[in-house]
Amino acid sequence: MSVIRGDNDDSTSWPTGFAWARALCLAALGLAPHAQANTSNGYNLPLGVTSLSRDIYALHMEVFWICVGIAVVVFGVMIYALVKFRRSQGAIPDTTLLHSTTVEIIWTVIPVVILVVMAIPAAKVILMMEDTRNSELSIRVTAYQWKWQYQYTDAGEGINFFSTLARDSNFARQLHSGIDPNTVPNYLLEVDKPMVIPSGTKVRLLLTSQDVIHAWWVPDFGAKRSAIPGFVNELWFRVDPGKEGIYRGQCAALCGRDHGFMPIVVDVRTPDDFKKWVDEQKAALKQAATPGAAPPRSAQVLSN
Amino acid sequence: MAKSEAIDTAHHDDHHDQPAKGIKRWLFATNHKDIGTMYLVFSLIMFFIGGAMAMVIRAELFQPGLQLVDPVFFNQMTTNHALIMIFGAVMPAFVGLANWMIPLQIGAPDMALPRMNNFSFWILPFAFTLMLSTLFVPGGMAAGGWTLYPPLSLQTGDGFPMLIFAIHMMGASSIMGAINVIVTIMNMRAPGMNLLKMPLFCWSWLITAYLLIAVMPVLAGAVTMLLTDHFFKTSFFNAAGGGDPVMFEHIFWFFGHPEVYIMILPAFGIISEILPTFARKPLFGATSMIYAIASIAFLSFIVWGHHMFADGMPVAAQLFYMMSTMLIAVPTGVKVFNWTATLWRGSLSFEPPMLFALAFLFLFSIGGFSGLMLAIVPADFQYNQTYFVVAHFHYVLVPGAIFGIMAGVYYWLPKWTGHMYSMGLAKTHFWLSAIFVNVLFFPQHFLGLAGMPRRIPDYAVQFTDWNMVSSIGGFGFGLSQILFAVVIIQCARGGKKATAEVWEGTHPTGLEWTLPSPAPYHSFSTAPHVE
Repeated sequence: MSVIRGDNDDSTSWPTGFAWARALCLAALGLAPHAQANTSNGYNLPLGVTSLSRDIYALHMEVFWICVGIAVVVFGVMIYALVKFRRSQGAIPDTTLLHSTTVEIIWTVIPVVILVVMAIPAAKVILMMEDTRNSELSIRVTAYQWKWQYQYTDAGEGINFFSTLARDSNFARQLHSGIDPNTVPNYLLEVDKPMVIPSGTKVRLLLTSQDVIHAWWVPDFGAKRSAIPGFVNELWFRVDPGKEGIYRGQCAALCGRDHGFMPIVVDVRTPDDFKKWVDEQKAALKQAATPGAAPPRSAQVLSN
Repeated sequence: MAKSEAIDTAHHDDHHDQPAKGIKRWLFATNHKDIGTMYLVFSLIMFFIGGAMAMVIRAELFQPGLQLVDPVFFNQMTTNHALIMIFGAVMPAFVGLANWMIPLQIGAPDMALPRMNNFSFWILPFAFTLMLSTLFVPGGMAAGGWTLYPPLSLQTGDGFPMLIFAIHMMGASSIMGAINVIVTIMNMRAPGMNLLKMPLFCWSWLITAYLLIAVMPVLAGAVTMLLTDHFFKTSFFNAAGGGDPVMFEHIFWFFGHPEVYIMILPAFGIISEILPTFARKPLFGATSMIYAIASIAFLSFIVWGHHMFADGMPVAAQLFYMMSTMLIAVPTGVKVFNWTATLWRGSLSFEPPMLFALAFLFLFSIGGFSGLMLAIVPADFQYNQTYFVVAHFHYVLVPGAIFGIMAGVYYWLPKWTGHMYSMGLAKTHFWLSAIFVNVLFFPQHFLGLAGMPRRIPDYAVQFTDWNMVSSIGGFGFGLSQILFAVVIIQCARGGKKATAEVWEGTHPTGLEWTLPSPAPYHSFSTAPHVE
């Protein structure tokens, strides 16, 4: 089941009446983390399509299973005590059991060791996430209440457009609209103009905001960072070659009335297709610069 | 622990032997029991108001599309639900329990500063009336989240200065309450009750009180800077004027993280009282429990950055906050292990306070596990600002702090009223609460991991199923709480007479069990002696 990423996965259609029951059964059986490539299954993180998202997924599952292990032991002991030492079963309290230095040292040291085991791989991933050097394409992302602006640099220099909630979602989401969201394709997760990037390329985003704090988030890329007025935050990702497609996300920081209605859509294309798209955009820009020609939308934005 | 040999019932020439009649008893209250009762009743009212707001949230989220409320009103509900539950329900409930129980447990006749005690309570109804009345001013209630991040919070309408003033009043009330606790515990313990003999509830409150005094002024400073940014053209947080919006987050969370422990440490204390009583053996590792609380309190001051990983932070800071946050798992683990060892080889019975304490033990641990997961910085980038976080902090606050409070109320209610309450009704309340709280919050883990951001009034259709489950749990949990009020009201009106020890076979750690039930209006006029 696809969650944020919708288009490339039609194996299961949402909503299905029994999906949650199925998820509950799987979760109860401890099968939640079954790997379904590149997508969230409706109750777990997506494996994603970048090395970072996979590293995050691996860390997430590692810590999850450690927690499950600890829970089984600790809850097991608690439940055993609750069953075994009931007064109704005639249990006699052992009031001499007050303190044990040995036991207390053991249950202080073991958690410290477990924490170190968790922290080392996490630290490695942090170092990787923060390494934005040698990026091949930088895009300036500016957040507004309630839309995103994408300004390309490097190979895409000059391309500049806004990305807002798609019209059909926008109609359907009005209070008492009478439109069933289930009939709207990619309800709340569709925009008029997606960000286009090439696969296999290290893309760096430079995030800022023109008004309040927003956050740019595409779960399948393992990429989330706040867009803050007065700051430029960086993040990077490289989508695996062969994983071209549409990826979706949402603003992740409360930014006012329409916080829930400023989605992010990224159209990942092969480097060749990306180059074609860049050439088309540039041709349109050039045409717009010609006197007498009707300016396309992106050029209007520039002149503002 | 040794007990006082007698309760002083002798008359002295104080004319306040009996409570004043009518409204004066409450308006001019200086008796710790009356003030404690007012705090608790106030907190229960706020619990229902904040709960009603949560019902609006869950009703709107029952299915995708906007059916009931405008997104602005939705944001007002999420913001004020949090403010009311934190400052109006959980904190005053703990202060109420402190007022009632600290003097009784340490053998003091009253709180050290009774008039200030009156003042610190009576500020609160005004503060919350002011805050709630912002619903009726142009621009409505604050809708930028309880964290009040600028620049968004500066977009609040005319209610903004009212909210800031209300927060100042709440802060002043909390600081006075904390001072009272510290002065009472430090100066008014019965002879022979040294600090290490003191009940764990008093210990947890002593440490909490220091946290309150340390951080409430920081919150006051932060919101004052918001106020001057809004009205006096300062630029503390205004990037266009050279200010720094992230600085607000640092200041806020320097308050906010210790605040999290302010809301849980007294619950730790309550659980540490209840488990030994119903396991019929003393608390395991009582001294290490005190050190664990103190360690948690210290660590709470150096982990605030973990709320802000996604806001951009140097690698060194990310590593520091990740590791310091993970470290909190160690003393918290010690507490859970000690509680488990307290149950071990005990003789357990399952009265309502014990049921709530046991649910606390299991469900708070689940909140602890998700907290540990959130500490892992790279994974936090995926969890941050999603329903996973909502699930995490509701697990520590509802079956954590709130179940702790309910356990404490069910534990001491017979001591306060002199009557036993309906065990059947209380157990029904427990089972409904314990089941529905999981139906309500457990699916929110799935929603967050699947990618649903928090604080949104409407969502993509693939999140429908879990939201429906969660909303059903929410309505069930909300309705179940009416039983809580029924049990309390019934118990206040009458019922089977409670004994001095209340709980059969009790292992009292405090002196409250040496007093008759109900505790006399004036207790320990002559200090008992603890051997």
